[in-house]
Amino acid sequence: MSLNASQLDNSGRRIVVDPVTRIEGHMRCEVNVNADNIITNAVSTGTMWRGLEVILKGRDPRDAWAFVERICGVCTGTHALTSVRAVEDALGIQIPYNAHIIRNLMDKTLQVHDHIVHFYHLHALDWVNPVNALKADPKATSELQQSLAPGNPKSSPGYFRDVQNRLKKFVESGQLGLFSNGYWDNPAYKLPPEADLMAVTHYLEALDLQKDIVKIHTIFGGKNPHPNYMVGGVPCAINLDDVGASGAPINMTSLNFVLERIKEAQHFVKNVYLPDLMAVATIYKDWLYGGGLAGQNLLSYGTFTRLPGDKSTDLLPAGAIINGNWNEVLPVNVRDPEEIQEFVTHSWYQYADESKGLHPWDGVTEPKFELGPNTKGTKTNIEALDEAHKYSWIKAPRWKGHAMEVGPLARYVIAYASGRENVKEQVDRSLSAFNQATGLDLGLKQFLPSTLGRTLARALECELAVDSMFDDWNALVTNIKNGDRATANVEKWDPKTWPKEAKGVGINEAPRGALGHWIKIKDGKIENYQAIVPTTWNASPRDNKGNIGAYEASLLNTPMERPDEPVEILRTLHSFDPCLACATHVMSPDGQELTRVKVR
Amino acid sequence: MSGSILILGIGNLLWADEGFGVRCVELLNSRYRFPEPVQLMDGGTQGLYLVPYVQQAEILIVFDAVDYGLAPGSLKIVRDDEVPKFMGAKRMSLHQTGFQDVLALAAFSGSYPKELLLIGVQPEELDDFGGSLREPVRAQLEPALQIALDFLAEQGVVPEQRAADDPATELAPEPLALTPYEHGRPDEQCAYRHGDIRFIPQPSEQD
Repeated sequence: MSLNASQLDNSGRRIVVDPVTRIEGHMRCEVNVNADNIITNAVSTGTMWRGLEVILKGRDPRDAWAFVERICGVCTGTHALTSVRAVEDALGIQIPYNAHIIRNLMDKTLQVHDHIVHFYHLHALDWVNPVNALKADPKATSELQQSLAPGNPKSSPGYFRDVQNRLKKFVESGQLGLFSNGYWDNPAYKLPPEADLMAVTHYLEALDLQKDIVKIHTIFGGKNPHPNYMVGGVPCAINLDDVGASGAPINMTSLNFVLERIKEAQHFVKNVYLPDLMAVATIYKDWLYGGGLAGQNLLSYGTFTRLPGDKSTDLLPAGAIINGNWNEVLPVNVRDPEEIQEFVTHSWYQYADESKGLHPWDGVTEPKFELGPNTKGTKTNIEALDEAHKYSWIKAPRWKGHAMEVGPLARYVIAYASGRENVKEQVDRSLSAFNQATGLDLGLKQFLPSTLGRTLARALECELAVDSMFDDWNALVTNIKNGDRATANVEKWDPKTWPKEAKGVGINEAPRGALGHWIKIKDGKIENYQAIVPTTWNASPRDNKGNIGAYEASLLNTPMERPDEPVEILRTLHSFDPCLACATHVMSPDGQELTRVKVR
Repeated sequence: MSGSILILGIGNLLWADEGFGVRCVELLNSRYRFPEPVQLMDGGTQGLYLVPYVQQAEILIVFDAVDYGLAPGSLKIVRDDEVPKFMGAKRMSLHQTGFQDVLALAAFSGSYPKELLLIGVQPEELDDFGGSLREPVRAQLEPALQIALDFLAEQGVVPEQRAADDPATELAPEPLALTPYEHGRPDEQCAYRHGDIRFIPQPSEQD
């Protein structure tokens, strides 16, 4: 059973949030609330158009990664990696073991970095009130810090007082940005001042950490902020005897540098990120909204494959769960034309027959903008959408007809249900700590499918990823010391070695969920290129059967403190880590406005 | 890295005039060899990833497409405290909100450039995915570079002209460089490129 539009009540006041802030890209959300300010209907829409084939058709498939790296400002490396995988799959290229490990290290670096930045710089302000931090007694913050994370040496009252002074100066100076768009006197904020000050301090620490961990990309990818990728392997050479500086082959000095960065990140995740999250969860213990599809349908392509080409060695396994049945994890085949299909019944595109979905290899992106008869406003200034008709630039991907949630929570539930011991240990440990701290006795299925559960799963995954980077590092060093220096397979670099026609798929689990690139190659050039990005799954509009997507489902039944201050909507939408830049494109003239919240 | 100068081109080169900033640093890099404290960077739409580079810079020069509300192709210089205002007041693209936040975060962290110079051009066209610079904007590449070079000269920094046999290390992969990017573009017949048709006037359908 998916959640269906026919069960929703769209009477009551309509609230429009446009754009949704602190995300990549452009997104709009409309909800209806009843007399008790509880959300009864939700409409999520991408307000920009996309079509990768517009830039890629006819180009050299070996160059595609460089273009897709530019479609978005957040998941650059993820798209590049998925793109080279699609081409390698089409051409039957096996990459060397060193390249496989190095790609894993880069992918995990991105995952760890992205999760930390997401929590502190995009999501924390939905829970943390920086203005309230000004009222904190730094001594109380120090005590709180020491009780939460005894292993964190940065915990003196003076340390927190310094940050508080800096914050005070910053707020008083009237600086633009950062904290200017908040609803800081909304009762939806519940942390005591000392916890707010601790979190603001870690907001700054996270900034320092992110700059160090991305240096791993510079070592292996040659460049930051846009690391290099390569069809057939990785574009770096290895020579342990070399002593050269940057730009030189990977040597023991650079590998040791990488190890140090992994250690720093691990320290931060265990002593700052996880304790902060548990502290937030404890205080917001009654805010268990936002589950939506997470309690029903979840999808993961699986990720962090230990051995090249062997998906059974995925650290987080692939699979699908439907109808909330954790006893059965179903296999997923991204090549089967009957499994993954995109529908456009409610999207601003047209198919010859819209009662059917199309597999991405046969995907069509033909725009058709038309508004339903119940739309309020005009074509260029839409006041309220008519969700019974077409209403989004995002297509509706479905797995065997089901709307699915993707992302860290999906990966974690699927791993848990698949009996992965390392994941079970993390999840059980967190739930028991939560229950102990709150005096509650929640079961896993009450706790995990929620906004908090989604945010927790992301932090746990960050821990799992950083822990496993040590294994990758050891495997790489061992393999090199055993004499293997290969980093690229160039046997099929020359297009003369390619078949006349080929098609392939690259899959990955991006920080925000399942990512697939489907490519068709003809006469050495790209014939068709389609991507289904995580946010397409999560932010999808309704489909031909009225099944609603993850964002829409997650907002239902959530009470709002003040309907004209959408803290709760932002909190839940941000928990998905939305990245509309990839899901959609083109600026709308609306972009010139600041956040518009309208209550109708 | 004290005394360092960061020359940053920002914007999304896939969106027509949005690529102006990136094309500026691409040109500078291909023509000149800069002395040690100067770093050139293609910042793309990287947002928060750029914070550490801004924190480390004592002088920050930014090339970008900015909506000044002027005629297309107008070049305008903004300095120091005025810079953040122009990078957020009228938000035209995804990265601009991002870059205002980048500056704010750098300021909040206590590491902020002493001098900022924004060399911005008023774009003509953004809604053209896969397109390149329009003529009025392309015509401002050379004047924009000259502004940066003059400013650098005031700081006592004069780059060396590159010899033909001394090509630069590219800032971005070769297929993204201006010429291959433009020549490899799929033609209109094979790939629909008109973006969001809400904003394409269609006589029979206008409100």
